[in-house]
Amino acid sequence: MAALSRTVSSLSRRPQLQGLQSARQMSSLFGHVEPAPKDPILGVTEAFLADQSPDKVNVGGVRLPLRTPSSIPRSLAAGAYRDDNGKPLVLQCVREAERRIAGNLNMEYLPMGGSITMIEQSLKLAYGEDSEFIKDKKIAAVQALSGTGACRLFADFQKRFLPDSQIYIPTPTWSNHHNIWRDANVPQNKFTYYHPESRGLDFSGLMSDIKNAPDGSFFMLHACAHNPTGVDPTEEQWREISHLFKAKKHFPFFDMAYQGFASGDPERDAKAIRIFLEDGHQIGCAQSYAKNMGLYGQRVGCLSILCDDEKQAVAVKSQLQQLARPMYSNPPVHGALVVSIILNDPELKNLWLQEVKGMADRIIGMRTALKENLEKLGSPLSWEHITNQIGMFCYSGMTPEQVDRLTNEFHIYMTRNGRISMAGVTSGNVGYLANAIHEVTKPK
Amino acid sequence: MMALAVDVTRFEGVPMAPPDPILGVSEAFKADTNDLKLNLGVGAYRTEELQPYVLNVVKKAEKLMLEKGENKEYLPIEGLAAFNKATAELLFGADNPVIKDGRVATLQSLSGTGSLRLAAAFIQRYFPEAKVLISSPTWGNHKNIFNDARVPWSEYRYYDPKTVGLDFEGMIADIEAAPEGSFVLLHGCAHNPTGIDPTPEQWEKIADVIQEKKHMPFFDVAYQGFASGSLDEDAFSVRLFVKRGLEVFVAQSYSKNLGLYAERIGAINVVCSAPEVADRVKSQLKRLARPMYSNPPIHGARIVANVVGDPTMFGEWKQEMEEMAGRIKNVRQKLYDSLSAKDKSGKDWSYILRQIGMFSYTGLNKTQSDNMTDKWHVYMTKDGRISLAGLSLAKCDYLADAIIDSFHNVN
Repeated sequence: MAALSRTVSSLSRRPQLQGLQSARQMSSLFGHVEPAPKDPILGVTEAFLADQSPDKVNVGGVRLPLRTPSSIPRSLAAGAYRDDNGKPLVLQCVREAERRIAGNLNMEYLPMGGSITMIEQSLKLAYGEDSEFIKDKKIAAVQALSGTGACRLFADFQKRFLPDSQIYIPTPTWSNHHNIWRDANVPQNKFTYYHPESRGLDFSGLMSDIKNAPDGSFFMLHACAHNPTGVDPTEEQWREISHLFKAKKHFPFFDMAYQGFASGDPERDAKAIRIFLEDGHQIGCAQSYAKNMGLYGQRVGCLSILCDDEKQAVAVKSQLQQLARPMYSNPPVHGALVVSIILNDPELKNLWLQEVKGMADRIIGMRTALKENLEKLGSPLSWEHITNQIGMFCYSGMTPEQVDRLTNEFHIYMTRNGRISMAGVTSGNVGYLANAIHEVTKPK
Repeated sequence: MMALAVDVTRFEGVPMAPPDPILGVSEAFKADTNDLKLNLGVGAYRTEELQPYVLNVVKKAEKLMLEKGENKEYLPIEGLAAFNKATAELLFGADNPVIKDGRVATLQSLSGTGSLRLAAAFIQRYFPEAKVLISSPTWGNHKNIFNDARVPWSEYRYYDPKTVGLDFEGMIADIEAAPEGSFVLLHGCAHNPTGIDPTPEQWEKIADVIQEKKHMPFFDVAYQGFASGSLDEDAFSVRLFVKRGLEVFVAQSYSKNLGLYAERIGAINVVCSAPEVADRVKSQLKRLARPMYSNPPIHGARIVANVVGDPTMFGEWKQEMEEMAGRIKNVRQKLYDSLSAKDKSGKDWSYILRQIGMFSYTGLNKTQSDNMTDKWHVYMTKDGRISLAGLSLAKCDYLADAIIDSFHNVN
């Protein structure tokens, strides 16, 4: 047998047989690997890019039909901000930060936990400039791969150190939340959130689910500008939620992807978190600079966990680093540099605050315009929710069938849950969009 | 407003993690105040002046990118297309049939670590019965990656302490003994931590046994171009396996050869038997990446695409890489010369010359390595590995003294 296998080996080394080998192609070991389903959000971009129609429009970026050539491919369907010309926007403060970086700094590995200055600044944004938790070093924090990476690190941490815990996720939520906790092998539950009839918050359903969950459950909350609905609790409602959490000893994990981007004021957008901190909760928080600094592709964010004391924070941080090491070793530097340069320089930080307010204001303006257009068209339906909701997204209330009609008849691309990325609506195309929505929703 | 005391902690059971054996070395080095200190820990290239080095071609690319003023939109999950294309061509050769036939699934990933992790997650999901064979020793983080991905692993013999060379018989025997369909993790060139690579003839035999046992070859290519100085020469082992018509995993990184360490740029490549297989595999790798980080960071990818995509810059890169690899070869030679001159025992240090790449396995054990640090302020990993990238010609004599002392005077 050994002799035979040696003969086979020596045969396979001969050039002519090697060629034959390649031509014949071994059968694949991957026969059982099925094609993955299209990502419900990112898959929309792919469909959009494949569409040949000159009228096509992507509500993640609504463009003027006919006029604008699509010769430059853009990833639009995901929630990415567009200016009033439908173009991606790079903030001035970011460009300036980059000018300072380009070609000047080395690219040595960051410490495992990431950029220390970026983390410090991020904590101030989330917990408050003068937060005593920061002064007392009670927060374990690491730089993460934007919001996704922060959530994933937390989920992995939860799995490793709180293996009996589950996560409660609102209905609906950003679809990738489900993927994240599932791939981390943490069991999921849902809690009531959205009220379809009013296109608003189902507050009593929400409180009921919080109460019925076993004591000490883990909840994932959107700090502001809920994705995909745009529906946020009021300040008063947040206080009630916080009190009930206290009574139930639940753990709140905040996903804050839109600080500053929702109301235009980062302090205001962090209100929910501050309420919970005042009430003495031990929180976790995922932060992202994808939207509020327009750093989408840089993948920069922060994961923080409030601990009992400095010693515990050091231990928890060390474990977060331990989880990150076999995933990507240490996080990417470029985006972190941009963030720290901006937040550390008072002038640049002011510029940023102005720019983020500008983005938020433009979106609020487009919400108003869309609603008014629909009313002017004589739509009998209520469109109050467009202006009641906040942030990048509007949960229009349209059905999947209506969304399909928008795509097939009007070449408007959006996710089938009826979510519109308001960031892509412009003064140039809000009329077109309103018209199309009216067409597919008006009573027959 | 005064915050109420937090009354319950859930994190009591969270212990302090041990310092990372590799990255922890740099941290200890930084804390040392002694003037003579030398950091031979992490594999990050340094100039003769022991400064970090940003390649000129990278600075050029960054300035170019700044001028172009490109936006920062999300990349697709699989990364920047121009980057993926350039990377696959660099690894396999632009005229390789596997590329022409569209049989390679390439995903931009977070450097070598991220590529390995994606592959590990894929193995766990689609080959749940399989295990990975890793060399003994190997890069410390390999085990962490497979552990966290819940992929079982075992070791194949590799390093022979008696010869400070390759235990080739042991390696072949262990690969042969493994259950059919195992994944065999191979270092494409410049083995980390030993610096000991198989010869071309040995590679052929390794390919034979892998083919016989229907194992899956899984390459970790972190040093292409950095080992010999030539990109093509360093890709020899990978291309050999591909030529045999095998399906191959290749995790690749630009951390060292383009000096892009902190940008976290690399790729996982899977050579498949047919294009439609590659499509399916790619789609599932994307599905694993999405809940890890959604899409990869753009900056490093753009740098690579700019450098590799422009013939002039590509030429300049090759030049700079040759210089970096050249500096290391010179330092290796000088270290050997210093050791031979100073060591009166007659010990044969030539194994240092036979090793290749950034690292050298000195043959020192843990206690001796500790002596290097405690007495001589030379920071290295406890397995006896030194990073020549952190050594200057000027420090070779000092290092030789330290090694000779540790080897002969410490247990």
